[in-house]
Amino acid sequence: MPSFLEKIVGPRIPAEERSRHRLRYLIPALPLLIAIVLIAISLFIPYWNLRLNAPQYPDGLTITSYINHLTGDVNEIDGLNHYIGMRPLDEAAQFEKSIAIAAMIGMMICLAVAIFIRSRWAILLALPTIAFPFVFLADLYYWMNKFGQNLDPTAPLSGAIKPFTPPILGRGLVGQFETIAWAGEGLILAFVASFLLMFWVLLRHWAYKPLRQLAKANRQATAAVSHA
Amino acid sequence: MPRHSAEVPPFLLKENQMRKLPWIGMFMAATAMPMLMTGCGPGDSASNAPKKTTNSGAGIASLEGVMEARGLTPDDMLAAAKTYVPSGQHDEAMIFASGGHSGQVFVIGVPSMRMLRSIGVFTPEPWQGWGYGSGDDIIKAGNAPGQELTWGDSHHPALSETNGSYDGEWLFINDKANARIATIDLRDFETKQILKNPVSMSDHGGAFVTPDTEYVIEGGQYATPLGWKYAPMEEYKTEYRGMVTFWKFDREAGRLDESKSFAIELPPYWQDLMDAGKNDSKGWLFGNSINTEMATGMLNEGDPPFEAGVSQRDMDYLHVMHMDKIIEIYKAGKFEKVNDFPVISLQTLIDEGVLYFIGEPKSPHGVDITPNGQYIVISGKLDPHVTIYGFDQIQKAIADKNFSSTDPFGVPVLDFDACKVAQVEVGLGPLHTQFDDKGYAYTSLFLEPAVARWSLGGEYGKLNPEEDWSLVGKTSVHYNIGHLLTYEGDTVSPKGKYLVAMNKWAIDRFAPTGPLLPQNFQLLDIAETGENMPLLYDMPIGVGEPHYAQMISIDKLKPWKVYPEIGWNPHTNQVDPEATQIGEERIERKGNEVHVYMTVIRSHFTPEHIDVNEGDTVVWHLTSVERAYDSTHGLAIPAYNMNLSIEPGEYTEIRFVADKPGTFPFYCSEFCSALHLEMMGYLRVKPAGVASAE
Repeated sequence: MPSFLEKIVGPRIPAEERSRHRLRYLIPALPLLIAIVLIAISLFIPYWNLRLNAPQYPDGLTITSYINHLTGDVNEIDGLNHYIGMRPLDEAAQFEKSIAIAAMIGMMICLAVAIFIRSRWAILLALPTIAFPFVFLADLYYWMNKFGQNLDPTAPLSGAIKPFTPPILGRGLVGQFETIAWAGEGLILAFVASFLLMFWVLLRHWAYKPLRQLAKANRQATAAVSHA
Repeated sequence: MPRHSAEVPPFLLKENQMRKLPWIGMFMAATAMPMLMTGCGPGDSASNAPKKTTNSGAGIASLEGVMEARGLTPDDMLAAAKTYVPSGQHDEAMIFASGGHSGQVFVIGVPSMRMLRSIGVFTPEPWQGWGYGSGDDIIKAGNAPGQELTWGDSHHPALSETNGSYDGEWLFINDKANARIATIDLRDFETKQILKNPVSMSDHGGAFVTPDTEYVIEGGQYATPLGWKYAPMEEYKTEYRGMVTFWKFDREAGRLDESKSFAIELPPYWQDLMDAGKNDSKGWLFGNSINTEMATGMLNEGDPPFEAGVSQRDMDYLHVMHMDKIIEIYKAGKFEKVNDFPVISLQTLIDEGVLYFIGEPKSPHGVDITPNGQYIVISGKLDPHVTIYGFDQIQKAIADKNFSSTDPFGVPVLDFDACKVAQVEVGLGPLHTQFDDKGYAYTSLFLEPAVARWSLGGEYGKLNPEEDWSLVGKTSVHYNIGHLLTYEGDTVSPKGKYLVAMNKWAIDRFAPTGPLLPQNFQLLDIAETGENMPLLYDMPIGVGEPHYAQMISIDKLKPWKVYPEIGWNPHTNQVDPEATQIGEERIERKGNEVHVYMTVIRSHFTPEHIDVNEGDTVVWHLTSVERAYDSTHGLAIPAYNMNLSIEPGEYTEIRFVADKPGTFPFYCSEFCSALHLEMMGYLRVKPAGVASAE
């Protein structure tokens, strides 16, 4: 019977098999390591950009969203938004921003642990990172929608600007402002990590095939012995 | 009509005959020339006849069609194309012009000659709130003792220099009327300091900077008794004195440091313009004078008026001052105190051998030093020549003690011929000279009126094809030019390209505006060598009489777009401890002082309601929390005669006694947004006797 630990971690690689196909068992670690590095880098670079263009702002107004804070012309945009009754941007996603760094460090730890796990549980450990960029965009949409649809009806321009949801990627139009949103380098890295991990799922499936066969053979042998 | 100026033109006579000329007649005759021009029929003054391009080119699509409809020549089109700056593009240079009686400084773009803005300096200026709540203390600091000054005559702007070239950091300007001097910060184009000269009553010759702006020099004008005392005119020679003041500039602090400044006492010769030596002549100072006659006007029956008395002698005195040594004398404490300000006496200057005179023809105006510092150019306004003195020659004459005489006060007078390098006959009424990058000098000719281009000699000779020290060409200007300026033309690195004639009279150049007419700035293209210096553009200045101006490349200027941080106090150049951030707005009562901590942003003041009691002192702290370029607000409190300009990020503070009970709306006075009219609030001053405001 495999031990509990073996059930979680996956079957041991016999020493003979490991030395014969060394590379085969090292390769699955590579996408994980790369994904960790990409996520780590993305902590420091922008995830999302929003630019507002209007005649009065020849240089445009830009917001840059990092994983846990906003920079750029936030005050100016908040100042403009007060005319239409939108809440200050910093009030959005406060919970998400407060846990973002810790959550991403957790994701990286999970990936690091997954390197040593040859069972299917490893996929569970990678799942948060695979889902992460999609969750980010979904959350962004949620807040943009929430802020854009819930305008203060007593605001000066509430009659002129109807509730709206600007596109989270691509172009939109609000009043005299053209909005252009595009993914930041951080989000792109997160997507690369996500796709890399999807590929890793296939890769590890191939790499650990001999182990699974070995385990199967062992199980059959054990069953045969117990029947006998 | 007879031509008054048909007497023998003085410039036709040889140099040695000049002294016998009826100068005064010539001066008067030429002053009458504008009358002649307007009095003559069109045929007599065809070259000056205004072109009536009143036809419109509107609606015509082709260039040729517009030219024909408006009667424009190809030269007109060329001039238009050289000066037109399309919307959204910037000029390549800026002029900082004195605003004359407006007491301001005007900023003008070149080549478009568009007025970009004014800068409030000596005179209250409502748009900038200057003197209406903002800068009041700075203006007050320049008041004469016991006298509130509400106008000034801003005269000679001087951009700060590093190694003799403009550095685009600071601008100094004097008020001729009251001998005040101001320091303007070119990061925010705001006046930061005004000082009243403690010893001079008036100052024509200021401001001039030394090549690294260690000192700003302010020459006096009319001699007055020392210490602003009373003295009868009969005691002119003994009691009246000229003054030149040396203001130490503390670049770190961005202020003139009065505690390290001093003046020198000079004979009552009406010292006029100055120029600090540069390159070869660094450490020396040159100035001219116009009343070496020490004329006292029509004091007694039969005395000539000042205009004649002051113009009797053929030679006045070029003042040669060894500035470095004068500064040492000051530092050694060899001075007296006049009005509690250090003044080095004339006798000390003579004893220490730091003051020399050289004859200069005649009643000169400009003294201008070539970029290499080697030549000093004097324009004798009643003499058709410019006279060029060599710095090396002057040094040799001093070393050899080659003195032709001493003046009545004992100042050694250097031999004229030993110091003179050349004289160039440029024309009538030469006033001011500037330089370009091709070895030319340009002199304004008030009487002709024209701009003369002439060639320099020495190392400059090879830069142009003309013979050294010769007149090259002239362009007529309209009319009665005073100063001229070329592009960075009074620095060690003039750029050439453009010249602006600062004309005092406009006469027929613009559509008539009643008897008072604007001044006329004319832009000339001086980029070619030779005679050709085409006129490009006429710019009317209808808000004061600019006296002098300087032109600087905009590449050298580093103005702020908005103040560096929210709550920036422009006068302390840091975030003010009383600045208010969003959320911190409040009203605090401290005894009978009510402190209002207000933020300003489109389109509201916070707080909007202010209740005080009659007799309270209101201290109103305003912080613009704006960060957008050009989002300026105003604060008008008309009931208390106040108005402010609050620029993005700026902190400003006003203080007044609420001595007028009532309900007073205050509002934003700078159109800021779609809801600008709604940007207002109420100040309520509860009359004494009614239950108090909290």
